[in-house]
Amino acid sequence: MTRDEIFAKVVEIVKPFVKSEDALAAVNDETNILEDLKVNSARLVDIILNFEDEFDIEVEDEDADAVNTVGDAVALIEEKLS
Amino acid sequence: MSDREARENAGRVVVTGLGVVSPNGCGLETYAEALQGGVSGIRHFPLLEELKFGCTVGGIPEGVDEISEAYFPPDELLAMNSSHRFGCIAAVDAWTDAGLERPDRADDHVYWEAGAIIGTGIGGLDTAGEKLVPFVDAGRTRRLGSTMVEQVMGSGVSARVAGLFSLGNQVTANSSACSTGTEAIIEGFQRIRAGLAERMLCGGTEGSSHYNWAGFDAMRVLCRAHNDEPEKASRPMSASAGGFVPGSGAAVLHIESLESAQGRGARIYAEILGGAINCGGHRGGGSMTAPNPEGVQQCIRTAVAAAAIDPEEIDAISGHLTATGADPKEMASWAKGLDRSPETFPVITSTKSMIGHALGAAGALESVACMLMLRDRVVHPSINCEDVHPEIESYSDSIPHAVREMPELNTMIKAGFGFGDVNACVIFRRWAD
Repeated sequence: MTRDEIFAKVVEIVKPFVKSEDALAAVNDETNILEDLKVNSARLVDIILNFEDEFDIEVEDEDADAVNTVGDAVALIEEKLS
Repeated sequence: MSDREARENAGRVVVTGLGVVSPNGCGLETYAEALQGGVSGIRHFPLLEELKFGCTVGGIPEGVDEISEAYFPPDELLAMNSSHRFGCIAAVDAWTDAGLERPDRADDHVYWEAGAIIGTGIGGLDTAGEKLVPFVDAGRTRRLGSTMVEQVMGSGVSARVAGLFSLGNQVTANSSACSTGTEAIIEGFQRIRAGLAERMLCGGTEGSSHYNWAGFDAMRVLCRAHNDEPEKASRPMSASAGGFVPGSGAAVLHIESLESAQGRGARIYAEILGGAINCGGHRGGGSMTAPNPEGVQQCIRTAVAAAAIDPEEIDAISGHLTATGADPKEMASWAKGLDRSPETFPVITSTKSMIGHALGAAGALESVACMLMLRDRVVHPSINCEDVHPEIESYSDSIPHAVREMPELNTMIKAGFGFGDVNACVIFRRWAD
């Protein structure tokens, strides 16, 4: 899977939780999931579970805690898949 | 307004918005039409048969997912089980029916003067049965995600409603079994009357889950005799009544101080004249599952006294009337509580004859039915009791089998009784401009 494909899937997974459509339209690696996309912090748990299902990986709590931006998520998934 | 008028209007509470999600129709006008036309919302569910329930019919609102998707964003829907969807749709409809705009999520204004009391009898057992228990038992607690607590906590629906409308006053959920919905309205009424809130969203919601219904089926209090003709299964006041039909749904009433309603030029359905809530103490024939008739009668009398009216002013009764052996006893309690004989007895109807018994939502669904009856000056039929129960045959003239026009219909009394020997009774008067 290419990095671009992973990025697209991450955005798709985050999308239902996003409360700022403007930030989503301009989404890039630096976009902060909580601050820019205004995702409710409690829902990060669900986003991580959806990453696990979509990419067939396991994400430890410490790894999950380190995900702040869309780029962080893509990097984490790339690492798990490699 | 003169000072005298202002004083007289202080403490008066009116109903200005209605929302309803019922097995025989979602939305006010659909519900009104179904009720007046005697349309049953009771259907047969193959799942109940597969699971060997004695009663395989029930009431589940239709088309709810489509409405939910139109009303709520995807992230909220992920955390909304059936009880949440029903309750929140009813709340949105009540709010907009009251002429209010849904606030923007980005707007930080909080309505400190507005709150919610939206109760439930049982709550999110569908979530518990389908996800919580199987996941936890399989050692997959981590996989529950973040939305479990809010879907199984008793106050989940009122909490979500607070977020929908930026409510800043009391936001809570009452729970008193089958009197929950009626009790919520009385609690909200008392809060506004006491000057503690200006507006309250009040009502009840009950999810559609076979897990909610299983315990009642095991108690053998559900109807088993009409599985092949669902629309005939709910038979309050009938000689052939054989237990209640389980239902689900929600209704919410937007109630507010008369001052607030008039100040913003709101359309008023009715005034809440008074109400009473009590418990029979599980004595005098009362128990966990049966009412103490003295408690019921006292609740009715106290409501009448609180409304400061003569019992003779009551034109129609919306009974609790579930289609169990308790119906004739309820009838006797109405007669005693209102000091009426069979000859002078008011018209009495059971909304449950068409929608089944929606437990914690029942009192709210039936109160919305009262609002529509008062508005349209008709009493909706109580279906499936052409064979009136022999013990109440002398009251036959008071039972409408078809919609009954009542051009002078002004005052209705509504009661709900629940497991735990609890009672709630409220009196509504049509608003005359």
